[in-house]
Amino acid sequence: MSSATSSPPSIRERLNDSWLWYSFKRDPVAQLSLLVFIFMVAAAFLAPWISPADPYDLAQIDIMASELPPFWVDGSEPDYLLGTDSQGRDMLSTILYGTRVSLIIGFGAVALQAALGVCFGLLAGYKGGKIDAFLMRLADIQLSFSTLMVAIIVGALFKAVFGGVTYNTYAVPLLVLIIGLAEWPQYARTVRASVLAERGKEYVDAARVMGLSSVRIMFRHILPNTLSPIFVISTVQVANAIISEAALSFLGLGMPETQPSLGSLIKSGFDYLQSGSWWITLVPGLVLVILVLVINLLGDWLRDVLNPRLYKG
Amino acid sequence: MIAFLIKRLFHALLVMFVISLIAFAIQDNLGDPVQQLVGQSVPESERDALRDELGLNDPFITQYLRFAGNALHFDFGYSYVFNQPTTEVILRHLPATLELVAATTVLIILLSVPIGVYSAIKPRAWLSRFFMGVSIIGISIPVFLTAIVLIQLFAIGVSWTPFPTDTGWGQWLNDLVSTNGGMPAYGRGDPVHVLGTWYTNFASIKGLSYLILPAVSLASIMLPLFIRLIRAEMLEVLQSDYIKFARAKGLSPQRIYFLHALKNTMLPVITVGGVQIGTLVAYTILTETVFQWPGVGLMFLNAIERSDIPLIVTYLVIVGLIFTITNTLVDLIYGLVNPTVKLTGKPA
Repeated sequence: MSSATSSPPSIRERLNDSWLWYSFKRDPVAQLSLLVFIFMVAAAFLAPWISPADPYDLAQIDIMASELPPFWVDGSEPDYLLGTDSQGRDMLSTILYGTRVSLIIGFGAVALQAALGVCFGLLAGYKGGKIDAFLMRLADIQLSFSTLMVAIIVGALFKAVFGGVTYNTYAVPLLVLIIGLAEWPQYARTVRASVLAERGKEYVDAARVMGLSSVRIMFRHILPNTLSPIFVISTVQVANAIISEAALSFLGLGMPETQPSLGSLIKSGFDYLQSGSWWITLVPGLVLVILVLVINLLGDWLRDVLNPRLYKG
Repeated sequence: MIAFLIKRLFHALLVMFVISLIAFAIQDNLGDPVQQLVGQSVPESERDALRDELGLNDPFITQYLRFAGNALHFDFGYSYVFNQPTTEVILRHLPATLELVAATTVLIILLSVPIGVYSAIKPRAWLSRFFMGVSIIGISIPVFLTAIVLIQLFAIGVSWTPFPTDTGWGQWLNDLVSTNGGMPAYGRGDPVHVLGTWYTNFASIKGLSYLILPAVSLASIMLPLFIRLIRAEMLEVLQSDYIKFARAKGLSPQRIYFLHALKNTMLPVITVGGVQIGTLVAYTILTETVFQWPGVGLMFLNAIERSDIPLIVTYLVIVGLIFTITNTLVDLIYGLVNPTVKLTGKPA
């Protein structure tokens, strides 16, 4: 469509010329990881349409068909591809729905911690002084306790405050809140470091001289220039959030068994490990590991590509 | 240096103050001692009298000061479930956790240092690539899942028959890929009494066999982090001028790697390792849950399930104290050894 040579390139052209696309085309590991990730996300969010049964619908559960093994083991039934759990729920369906719950909590928690971390990081880096010292000290303390420990403690307190029933009803938003609150320091530190590098540049001085408000300078001028490190840690943080959610669910502080995530599926299957029904716990476990692994591999690739030092050196 | 010391100590006190405030807020809002002390039939007027007598109607500051004063003597009241002073309950469970952590630390040091150093010296060797690949998979497997897989493999046992069973070599290959199981994976067995509340698993072969699976699981989650850290630090040290000079001088590679380079690699690793104590405590809760290891982590989880508020509060304060002490020590060591390096927290 571009008639004049001076017109800016379209998004498609920019993507084609970009370093990101170039290195993606040459990295089979990244391609495979993205493919697997997209497949899992699509399968999880299409669960209501593609899964063979609805694990939330009690009428569809057949207790007589409980603890059936997956298709490659003797004694399996063709109706249940990955076998059934102790209550006769189809494993494939519970895993699809469970992956969806894990992904929703993972992305939700990362969105919350990114929002908190970006605001605090911008504020600390741009304003400096007492605000900076206070926020960073807070981040230090929280990180020294480790994010998982903070999440476990906050989860335990929420459970004690609300009681088990209320906690289970609102488990998804509560888990997003718990993991988001536990992990914001990662973002705040990264953003603050980039802001400190950007703060002294001429364009920020120019914006300040023009009389723009600090909020506008922080969000419209500095923030776009700190996006690539935010992008990099976001991938790793999604993987971390999914693992944290699984750990909390495994401890009984996460999703209830009636609305299971991958973590609570592993937990409910663990009780049947000794009776020989290993698939109830290990198949969801394998799905969780593959999901986290592909996200981590994508994160590794993204870090290598977007790391300015490597790029220019 | 003195100013730095005082500043750090002040920070530590501030952190402990905040932790005690949080702990008191939990105690104050969640636990009703009167409810626990009296039965259903006691009338409201008597309850109020009891509240007055116990000082529960005093202003917030007075109550907090009393709580803090008792806390300084490690007096946090009685556990609802055990009906014993909470500090005694924790002391009874502490040796199990400490032994698990000690065994894990030994495993981590014995494995991470050689692997990290090797993959830094020969970054392109296939074995180094293999270790790096395994370590990213290791990071992606949650600790409780590693524990479950270990239980399936070594406690329950797996018999695979992918090869024909009617030939000798097929049977041999089948035996090779199958595992016997039989490893203990539940509790501590019969630990030997040492002193006071300390029972040890280190005294007998049988005791050690109970320790193996939990310690291996716990080590598996921390190992990738340390291998990557040691490799990165070592790679950086090997680029430095004094190593180049030592090479130019004609020192033997072994001497350069293990005497000159390793020293400077290990200092930051040890201090960053100290910061990882918090992560380790969180992972002990998960590991102890899977193996029903009777340590403080499992005790804490049971306390949450039974709403044993005094025990939860005591655990929080003691864990907070351990974190604060280790972090302050790590900061001080860091300040002493290398004042220019900024401490960074690694993701869990």
